[in-house]
Amino acid sequence: MIPPAFEYARPQTVEEAVRLLGEAGDEAKVLAGGQSLLPLLRLRLAFPELVVDVGRIPGLRGVREDGDTLVIGALTTHHDVVRDPLVRRHAGLLAAATATVADPAVRHRGTLGGSLAHADPAGDLPAVVLALDGELVAVGPNGERTVPAREFFVDYLQSALAPDEVLVEVRVPKADGWGFHYEKFHRVAQSWAIVGVAAMVRRENGHIAEARVGLTNMGATPLRAAAAESALAGADGPEAVTRAARSAAEGAQPGQDASASPDYRTHLAQVLTKRAVLTAAGMG
Amino acid sequence: MTDQAVAGEAEAGREVGRSRLRKEDARLLTGQTNWTDNIQVAGLLHLAILRSPMAHARLTRVDVAPALERPGVLAAFSGADLAEGLGSLPCAWPVTEDIVLPDHPPIAVEEVRYAGDPVAVVVARDRYAAADALEAIEVDYDPLPPVLDLEAALAEGAPLVHSDKGTNRCYTWPLTTGEPFDAVRERAEVTVKRRYHQQRLIPNAMEPRAVVVTPLAASGEYTVYSATQIPHILRIMLATVTGIPEHKLRVIAPDVGGGFGSKLQVYGEEALALAVARRLGRPVKWTESRSEGYLATHHGRGMIQDIEVAATREGRLLGLKVDLIADMGAYLMLVTPGIPILGAFMYPAIYKMDSYEFNCTGVFTTRTPTDAYRGAGRPEATFAIERIMDELAVELGLDPVELRRRNWIRREEFPYTTIAGLTYDSGDYEAATAKALSLFGYDELRAEQRRRNERGDPVRLGIGVSTFTEMCGLAPSRVLRDLRYGAGGWEAASIRMLPTGKVEVVTGTSPHGQGHETCWSQIAADVLGVPFEDVEVLHGDTKSSPQGMDTYGSRSLAVGGEAVHRAATTVVHKARRVAAHLLEASEQDLEFRDGVFSVKGSPEARKSIQEIAFEAFTNHDLPDGVEPSINAEHVVDPENFSFPHGTHLCAVEVDTETGYTKIRSYVCVDDVGHVVNPMIVEGQVHGGLAQGIAQALYEEAVYDDEGNLVSGTMADYLVPSAADLPEFVTDRTETPASSNALGVKGVGEAGTIASTPAVVNAVVDALRPFGVDDVRMPCTPERVWRAVREATA
Repeated sequence: MIPPAFEYARPQTVEEAVRLLGEAGDEAKVLAGGQSLLPLLRLRLAFPELVVDVGRIPGLRGVREDGDTLVIGALTTHHDVVRDPLVRRHAGLLAAATATVADPAVRHRGTLGGSLAHADPAGDLPAVVLALDGELVAVGPNGERTVPAREFFVDYLQSALAPDEVLVEVRVPKADGWGFHYEKFHRVAQSWAIVGVAAMVRRENGHIAEARVGLTNMGATPLRAAAAESALAGADGPEAVTRAARSAAEGAQPGQDASASPDYRTHLAQVLTKRAVLTAAGMG
Repeated sequence: MTDQAVAGEAEAGREVGRSRLRKEDARLLTGQTNWTDNIQVAGLLHLAILRSPMAHARLTRVDVAPALERPGVLAAFSGADLAEGLGSLPCAWPVTEDIVLPDHPPIAVEEVRYAGDPVAVVVARDRYAAADALEAIEVDYDPLPPVLDLEAALAEGAPLVHSDKGTNRCYTWPLTTGEPFDAVRERAEVTVKRRYHQQRLIPNAMEPRAVVVTPLAASGEYTVYSATQIPHILRIMLATVTGIPEHKLRVIAPDVGGGFGSKLQVYGEEALALAVARRLGRPVKWTESRSEGYLATHHGRGMIQDIEVAATREGRLLGLKVDLIADMGAYLMLVTPGIPILGAFMYPAIYKMDSYEFNCTGVFTTRTPTDAYRGAGRPEATFAIERIMDELAVELGLDPVELRRRNWIRREEFPYTTIAGLTYDSGDYEAATAKALSLFGYDELRAEQRRRNERGDPVRLGIGVSTFTEMCGLAPSRVLRDLRYGAGGWEAASIRMLPTGKVEVVTGTSPHGQGHETCWSQIAADVLGVPFEDVEVLHGDTKSSPQGMDTYGSRSLAVGGEAVHRAATTVVHKARRVAAHLLEASEQDLEFRDGVFSVKGSPEARKSIQEIAFEAFTNHDLPDGVEPSINAEHVVDPENFSFPHGTHLCAVEVDTETGYTKIRSYVCVDDVGHVVNPMIVEGQVHGGLAQGIAQALYEEAVYDDEGNLVSGTMADYLVPSAADLPEFVTDRTETPASSNALGVKGVGEAGTIASTPAVVNAVVDALRPFGVDDVRMPCTPERVWRAVREATA
């Protein structure tokens, strides 16, 4: 568990970080909380020539309001996200899901931005930000750009960030009045989800008016369960939700690993979607 | 005055039985200690090991020269470079006369036989340079077929792990007692036969393996610091492997962070570090990473168990037949072949029967060698018998507890010689079971289970029982001789009374987390009548503690603690003679209480044991012919094993939609005999339960078809934490062992041995209404889900 040699830089500004990344071409990695990158380095699965530690750049930490949007600094730790009153009030799904990430030690160091930029489909937060219809703000040599979460997760461990871009904030629309639940299925407390389901539900007159469902670990990227979402619209009770949830894995191509086979994951996605939606809708 | 009488005087017992906080913990918990990896000496070099990425291959080229070009590298060696002066690693338990004993070089020379087999080493100024330089070494592997399936490996024409041996069969070890099994099967009204799989497990001590070797060139002496359970055995074996004379080797086990059997070993890395230090004349350190340890620290379990029971319709056991195939892995390590043999005696467990037939075949595979892992043979045996007792209960329509009750040895039948030939000296299965059932609320849970089943609840309740026993206190040396084990089973202790009245206890046990410093202090303080705080326990250094058999198999208290007790008793005996002289009284007229000798009838005439220690030191006024010392030592060879037992009950909730198993409650009542420190016993039980539950539900060393370890990190090999485990309800009954004066039995493995079948029995019990009669371990959610799906398809 000894990482290969690399150069280390600790820029003081985003602009300096972008410049350093630009100079290194494809050979640099951004270090934030280190909870994903350091294991990769120590297992010698990543060999960057340069590690750009953005962890002490001021201004990238904390949560603020911007009208109907909640703006969360990329360096905000999981621990701070879970406890933040604005997140709890306006994006309860994010607080609830973040509380299930790994263990307290990881949550004290790991950051929201880091876990999204890592783009691990088994991570809890990518599917959550998808379900929240969030946006990600990145800074590159040509300034700032905003990427919708739906376009951010490109492939396994691959995001839409260019090698010389730094993720600076995550914007999620306030979801006041929505019911939510994150249903995580894992074998031991600190392990990754075999499958996770992030559900957001808006109810009108006792039925589901609108549902958004994000899936963790059901393919190379986090997914929205589009078929289930449409089927859930209008659902008026547990039976209708159960029926709609059967399409949760439609279009997904879940993988095989030591914890689960693809058909078991497909089955789990259906069961967990049913449970997450019922809980989110208060129908459970 | 006999030793027994003196011991009797000390039985008032102020310390034994108290939950003393552990003396060790202040330094262990604050890190103010010397783990092997913390050891720094001037000029220390770092060793890194290149390991085979292939399960089986011929080495056609190992070129270490490019590594020498890397910065900070002082030396690099292939297996061939180090072959001279490095013998084969030892196997001390050749269980049969015709066992196949392959050569086991500490580093591969011609062939690699498991993914992780050492191929080359680099020595550098720091561990970063050493790790980087490994990547420069060039190795050509000529692939050979992996050997992974235990049964296929035994078939005619199978590819061979050791081609020079002509077979993958390591040994066949039979044990047949009582009536022939075929005969009892004939007259049995019911027989049940099952196949169980003991998955491979990877031990996870908190501290990984580490070794530091410091040479003293002038005198040809070497000090080996190792995170080991067995400094004494290691010294002898390293002398044999390297040719360095035993008296020139000092082995120190500093504070060691857990072992669970994985450090009951003589590892190639220990020999390599010594060989390199000898070659370079420089101190050398090697510390494994967790993932390196997963490949190269020995594994546990790994067996196929075919088990059959024959019984009457009323549920009386007539006989038991067990056929094992045990995975040795690629080589035989220190006690590899003996692990299933330890289990051979435990399959009959607490039950009476007329016939027992056991047969074990050891098989070589191209996987990491197996060896002792917490319980070592006994958990496997207990699992199989306790699982099949539940299956037999179903077959007979009996409650599983009732079936056990009809077959167990009754309390008035002790001592009882089992069909396997062991004589259980004591036990009270009735008492432990009654207590456990009542703490558990057995009848209420059965009622809830019925209600859930009747309403078709997707979350089912299952109840599992395990009434286990084990053999501890390893071991009577003559029994070990009969089992062809290469050493004795005694333990040594000595007690040094210092001139100022303080006490040093020197023990041959080698604690690595158990709390011997605390418990041995409690034992010595009681016998000697000195304060607990005045006792220091020395261990784990062959220079300060020259004689010992070390720590494994729940032996330390029953054998080593007994040695401390006897040595302390002799100190009192010797002190009595001096006291009688000083007090001008006869020995018979002296009372010894709370560390003070006084003359019966004239209590003002007193001498404390501390004063007598000082008198012995000055030797100004000792009786003629008495040596000026009240120090004593004892070597104890146990007359019998000890037999802890207990009743464990587990309730699980199984979510049949997802397959997820949640342990709802867990109750155990253990009988480990008299208890020296209840808090430590409680801790041992908790940790043991966690490890046994881990085998039932979580852990498995998974290999792919090429023989690569897939579960190679803690992300894939799931070790449960406190967050995954229920609140344990633990209690005890106390039936003292008769084979030692302390009446103790040992508790290091009890929880692990008992809990695995209790949990799996509970899982299967929950699924029984669906027609499920087994789930392979670990009972992962997917396996449970599939079991239900297949049974109901």
